[in-house]
Amino acid sequence: MRFLRPTITPASLLVAAATLAGACGASDDSSTVPISATTGVHAISGQTVTLVTHDSFWVSEGTLEEFTAETGVEVEVLRMGDTGQLVASAILTSGDPLGDVLFGVDNTFLQRALDADLFVPYESPALVGVPASLILDPEHRVTPIDFGDVCVNYWIDAFDDDLPVPVGLADLIDPAYSGMLVVQNPETSSPGMAFLLATIAGYGDGWEDYWSALRRNDVAVTIGWEDAYYGEFIAGGGDRPIVVSYASSPPAEVIYADPPVDTPPTGVLTDTCFRQVEFAGILAGTDSRAASEVLVDFLLSATFQEDIPLNMFVFPALEAATLPDEFVDFVELADNPHVLDPAVIEANRNDWTERWTSLVLR
Amino acid sequence: MRGHLIRSLCVGLPAVFLGVFFVFPVVSILGLGLSSGGLEHLTGLPGSDTFRGVAWFTLWQAVVSTVLTVVVALPAAHLTARRKFRGRRLVRALTTVPFVLPTVVVGGAFLALFERLGLDSGPVTLTHTVWAVLVAHVFFNVAVVVRTVGSFWEGMDPGVEEQARMLGASPLRAFAMVTLPRLWPAIASAASIVFLFCLTSFGVILLLGGPGIATLETEIWRHAVWRGDFRAATALAVVQLVAVIAVVAVGNRLQRRRAVGLRTVVARTPVAGRWELAANLGLLGLVMGLPVVVLVERSFHSGGGYSLANYRALAVRVDLLPLTALEALVNSLVFAMVAVALAVTVGGLASLVVVHGPRALSRVFDLGLMLPLGASAVTLGFGMLIALDEPPLDLRSSRWLVPVAHALIGVPFVMRSLVPTLRSIDRRLREAAAVLGAPPAVVRRWIDFPLAVRALSVGAGFAFAVSLGEFGATSFLPRQPDRMTAPLVLFRLLGTPGQQLRGQAMALAVVLMVLTGLSVLAIETRRGSVGGDL
Repeated sequence: MRFLRPTITPASLLVAAATLAGACGASDDSSTVPISATTGVHAISGQTVTLVTHDSFWVSEGTLEEFTAETGVEVEVLRMGDTGQLVASAILTSGDPLGDVLFGVDNTFLQRALDADLFVPYESPALVGVPASLILDPEHRVTPIDFGDVCVNYWIDAFDDDLPVPVGLADLIDPAYSGMLVVQNPETSSPGMAFLLATIAGYGDGWEDYWSALRRNDVAVTIGWEDAYYGEFIAGGGDRPIVVSYASSPPAEVIYADPPVDTPPTGVLTDTCFRQVEFAGILAGTDSRAASEVLVDFLLSATFQEDIPLNMFVFPALEAATLPDEFVDFVELADNPHVLDPAVIEANRNDWTERWTSLVLR
Repeated sequence: MRGHLIRSLCVGLPAVFLGVFFVFPVVSILGLGLSSGGLEHLTGLPGSDTFRGVAWFTLWQAVVSTVLTVVVALPAAHLTARRKFRGRRLVRALTTVPFVLPTVVVGGAFLALFERLGLDSGPVTLTHTVWAVLVAHVFFNVAVVVRTVGSFWEGMDPGVEEQARMLGASPLRAFAMVTLPRLWPAIASAASIVFLFCLTSFGVILLLGGPGIATLETEIWRHAVWRGDFRAATALAVVQLVAVIAVVAVGNRLQRRRAVGLRTVVARTPVAGRWELAANLGLLGLVMGLPVVVLVERSFHSGGGYSLANYRALAVRVDLLPLTALEALVNSLVFAMVAVALAVTVGGLASLVVVHGPRALSRVFDLGLMLPLGASAVTLGFGMLIALDEPPLDLRSSRWLVPVAHALIGVPFVMRSLVPTLRSIDRRLREAAAVLGAPPAVVRRWIDFPLAVRALSVGAGFAFAVSLGEFGATSFLPRQPDRMTAPLVLFRLLGTPGQQLRGQAMALAVVLMVLTGLSVLAIETRRGSVGGDL
């Protein structure tokens, strides 16, 4: 039971410091936390930082405790709703934030958060290990922590020599694949939004014609991921063999298979992927700035990064992070995923979704 | 002096509870939205075709859903109130079960059912139509009418109908002319709850209605959460709130119109006829049983066959979650118990004020404490976040905010069950005192107290079920990971591919159902020992 948070006493700090001395000697270098040069451990030890995040956030037991052991900083996690709810509530409480660090704003909501001045800049030294393509804010108000690709998935057994697996977006409007695709409404679903953005990135001004063609090809639209994947897609007993899901769905199909399987029953069309990057940022109004910076560094440490895939089914931003076997064996990541500038997304999003609604639903 | 203290407590506690946790947050968030551009948006709404369409749809689907629910529920209410049969208590408890089921699960069960029955396409299509929404609303809300009206009906003196029958009235005529008018306060009471539920229904509309259907509630959510347009969301939330206030005010008028004499003597309850029983339970089974059967079947499906594996998995933590499903159930139970304690205390005291208090105060309480049921989860959740942020009310990351929010939704159930009974008691009490010369204290102790306890327990059962199954408001409140509730776990399990997770989600849904059924049964049984089998 973890209902009671341990209280910090001078004695427990001493014990922690002693454990820390022992633990640091034993652990390999990659897992130690880079502590900002300006802040020593002593200045922040004993503080508590609050990490505000969405309901999908979770890391293994012991991971955040490791951070506490190394820095003396306690982390309290507050989770609420999905990404949309998280960002909306952060904007409503800006200036008097719910916590010190926010984790979970993605590139589709990033500009909205930046426009609301939610974050203070912090350039983590750990960013050196992160590919430049993920660093979307040059002012470093947010730090990339993980990414996940939203891609079209297919049910492998539904395709054969007569009906080959589709390759890219263009194949989905081929009458040969009529009535096979199910997508989510971009106004109510995060993967639905990402897939709309993929088509906009892929077709530019031609995206509306593309969706008209998809509609003629009998695309099904659901409210959210659950009713697409488990309602319409073959995996849940539906009859459609193509669905908008994630690049990490095939490994999940293996890890949580029932009965057990050796290989996933689903595959990914890597030409259809849109890259979603998730960020952390230090909330303006925090009074634990130094400790917050150390926490952001930790979120990019190998310890935390390598813990991400199996707990959240997304990919670590740190290039050097070791991936679990299932992610190595069953994930094919797109070399050139579709991307769009967060500012362009925010400026056009409501207009795009309105036009999408009249094109596809009316 | 002591009387004064009790009076202050009766008025003060519910007033403070409602004021701090509902009025203050809602006024704060709506005030913020209106002052930052929402007001202009509000004045522009009547001219918008889209808005008029959404508002009209919201209203008519709620009216039709409510009427259908009452029609389906009345025979069952009669059966459980006026007929003796084996398993009567069980049937009564079972009707509450759907109430607790998360919409994402029920939605899936309904869609699967439509597909199996061939209603997903073709000449009779239910999937992604308003019909699916109406059917689901009946499914969820039948219990409210069966139990609230049933409990009242059971306590009603059957002598009057018997007299009507003896004077030659047909059973139907006796029902229409004698029973129905006397049942009216309970029906109005239950119907106004159902109406509010349907008016602000969220998951059912989205999942079963499909992408083409929108109500005020779904539009508030879409604007606030997805579009980041707080002005539009605020304008719609104001419209919704005004509509809810109007509906509750009208409902309260209807409900106040009559109070009837409750039975004073223990009358013989006739045994239900075989056909009567079959027809009644058949109807209930059709509306409520089928989706549940689909769910139960799925929960045992594992490893390509049937087994208990999904249930055993509830005790094992999966990587995606901070706790096991069982631990989440414990959290849910703790929250539900706190919520019920709060709801019964606040709702009980407020009911006394509504029945015995001064007229103006009575009306304010009767109206005000109903409103949380009709407020959108977005408004309440965001309102609490911006309002409860400073000492002494720095509560927004308190772990007790979740049960408080659940209690807000539970209070109306307690009151709607208790107030009609107390009113009738009140009337009879005065009559008894005047005509028979019986000391009021004696009447109160031996007859009225058990009746009130029965009504209170029905309300408590609902408050419990509501809390166990609540998802919307909970998802808007910040929570520590180890305080995750069962519906949140269920949602997370369904959010990742893998049949194992899905099977576990179905098992969790079934456990939630069974737990609700058992809890309601336990509350009932306790009521039996206190009130006697009247």
